Amino acid sequence: MLNFILKRILSLIPVLFVVSVVVFLLVHITPGDPASVMLGPEASPQEVAKLQEELGLNRPILEQYVTWVGDIFKGDLGTSLFMKQPVLTAFLEHLGPTFSLAIMAQLFAIVLAIPLGVLSAKFRGSILDQTFMGISLVGISVPSFLLGLFLILLFGVELRWLPVAGYKPLEAGLDVHIRYLILPAIALGSMQAALIARMTRSSMLDVLSANFIKTARAKGVKEFIITMKHSLRNAFIPILTIIGQTFGTLVAGAAVVETVFNIPGIGQLIINSVERRDFEVIQGVVLLIAVSYVTINLVIDLLYGIVDPRLRVGKR
Amino acid sequence: MSQEHSMNDLSIIKKQMKQKQRTLFRKKFFSNKLALTGTIIMSVIIMFAILTPLIISTSPYTLDTANRLLPPSAEHLFGTDNYGRDLFSRVMYGARVSLVIGFSVALLTSIFGTIVGLYAAYFKKLDSLLMRTSDGLMAFPAILLAIAIMASLGANLANVIIALTIVFTPLVARTIRSSALIVKEQTYVEALRAQGANSTRIIWSNIFPNVISPLIVQATFIFADAIIVEAALSFLGAGIPAPEPSWGNLLYDGKTVIFNAWWMTIFPGIAIMLTVLGLNLFGDGLRDLLDPHNKSKK
Repeated sequence: MLNFILKRILSLIPVLFVVSVVVFLLVHITPGDPASVMLGPEASPQEVAKLQEELGLNRPILEQYVTWVGDIFKGDLGTSLFMKQPVLTAFLEHLGPTFSLAIMAQLFAIVLAIPLGVLSAKFRGSILDQTFMGISLVGISVPSFLLGLFLILLFGVELRWLPVAGYKPLEAGLDVHIRYLILPAIALGSMQAALIARMTRSSMLDVLSANFIKTARAKGVKEFIITMKHSLRNAFIPILTIIGQTFGTLVAGAAVVETVFNIPGIGQLIINSVERRDFEVIQGVVLLIAVSYVTINLVIDLLYGIVDPRLRVGKR
Repeated sequence: MSQEHSMNDLSIIKKQMKQKQRTLFRKKFFSNKLALTGTIIMSVIIMFAILTPLIISTSPYTLDTANRLLPPSAEHLFGTDNYGRDLFSRVMYGARVSLVIGFSVALLTSIFGTIVGLYAAYFKKLDSLLMRTSDGLMAFPAILLAIAIMASLGANLANVIIALTIVFTPLVARTIRSSALIVKEQTYVEALRAQGANSTRIIWSNIFPNVISPLIVQATFIFADAIIVEAALSFLGAGIPAPEPSWGNLLYDGKTVIFNAWWMTIFPGIAIMLTVLGLNLFGDGLRDLLDPHNKSKK
């Protein structure tokens, strides 16, 4: 087990290296001089030269990269030009809403999708199955921000049931906090739900046709126990994979959905920074998200080792 | 004489067999109702996109401030937007933008992804370099990386295509690599190598034809993904800049008046939904046909 964990952690190094190079290069692919782009057309040459000096843009590119990575290891992700505060601080200030939204969306997706997927597999080919799978196909085809807009039209403008914009922190009370997040979470979680439901169904179908299920039936095990204990547990690995793999997408999707519902999260931080050409913030935030995505996948891989002991000694 | 005759017969038989195969392929594809629906949806959308300048006389750019935010009517099928522009014409011109982007990205990622995937599969030394690079690129959520690249390059159509190509190429490369690895292990490739065929020849004339099926399927899904990400980028203001109509920036305009003008959100929204649904159905149908191992379970 220890060997497995170590190997998996070591395999992260090249990936993180590539991630850092890509993020570093983001500033350098700008047509023209990054410093003058950041300051805008009205900046004087002196101001541009000063910023170049500050950011080290006049030094050799390799030296710039080494300094940049060194700073990151010291916990310094740069300073926002516009907000005059460290990028890390800005990121942490905006993390709460995004985190709440992503968790709510994930919960919504799991609670909805796994029972539907199991039912679809159990009653394969029935009208129930066809309806669920039809809905999930449409679910995959509606991008989250679009669903968000549709939900605003339906529940906010027509029915007026739920708030359509804004965010209330947890301190305002759990019920208020959740009320404001219901529509964004549905918008964000639906595609996720569709993916999980499809994966649950196909994974359950694989297991349900296995010999040990026939044996269990022959032994007279109750059908409910067969479905929940014998099948679902074995079908769980691909489901877990899709949940993990799509969590990063969920966080990125949260960025877009936040803009639809005016939630002051990471997404708004990025979009505002893009408008202001605040490269340091864009770089820092993108780096943090990519690193957390890689880390989440690592944790999930390690979780497999616990769910399925066979994988510990596997080829990895 | 007789030999020539039999050669002719052989080529005729070959031709007939090919034709039969093609008819069978078509029959199978169209007997799949979902795939057929997808094909119809896509054909209609593509037709509209091509014919738009011929059938629609209203320009998508003409401002008419006296007729702002009119609801759908006989004169303006989809109503007018907040500058009085005809929304029907804007949605139709938006289809052109979306399809051009989707198609270009699908084509470019197919080219680059195939090259990277094939060479990674064939040359072990290149493999870890290329695959770690694509792992690294895939660590970024697609939309986020696209936003970041667009922020650096600047918002316009060509840059959207560049950004999305960078984002999606690793996906194609992975698919091609895993299919090519299987082909590479086949005995005939070994035999070719033993005979001294050079690697370029083996890669392009012997391995490549065997990975075309998964490539086509993957390209269809990337077509759909590119349309979604472009819409998201334009919606966020980092994609196609106004006043050029794209479904994403139409939705952006729509959001500012969502309480007064539902049509500005509904129509571009349905356009995106239908296109993506059409492509997904088409792709599923193709996959069932071309790639029986990955058949979605019925």
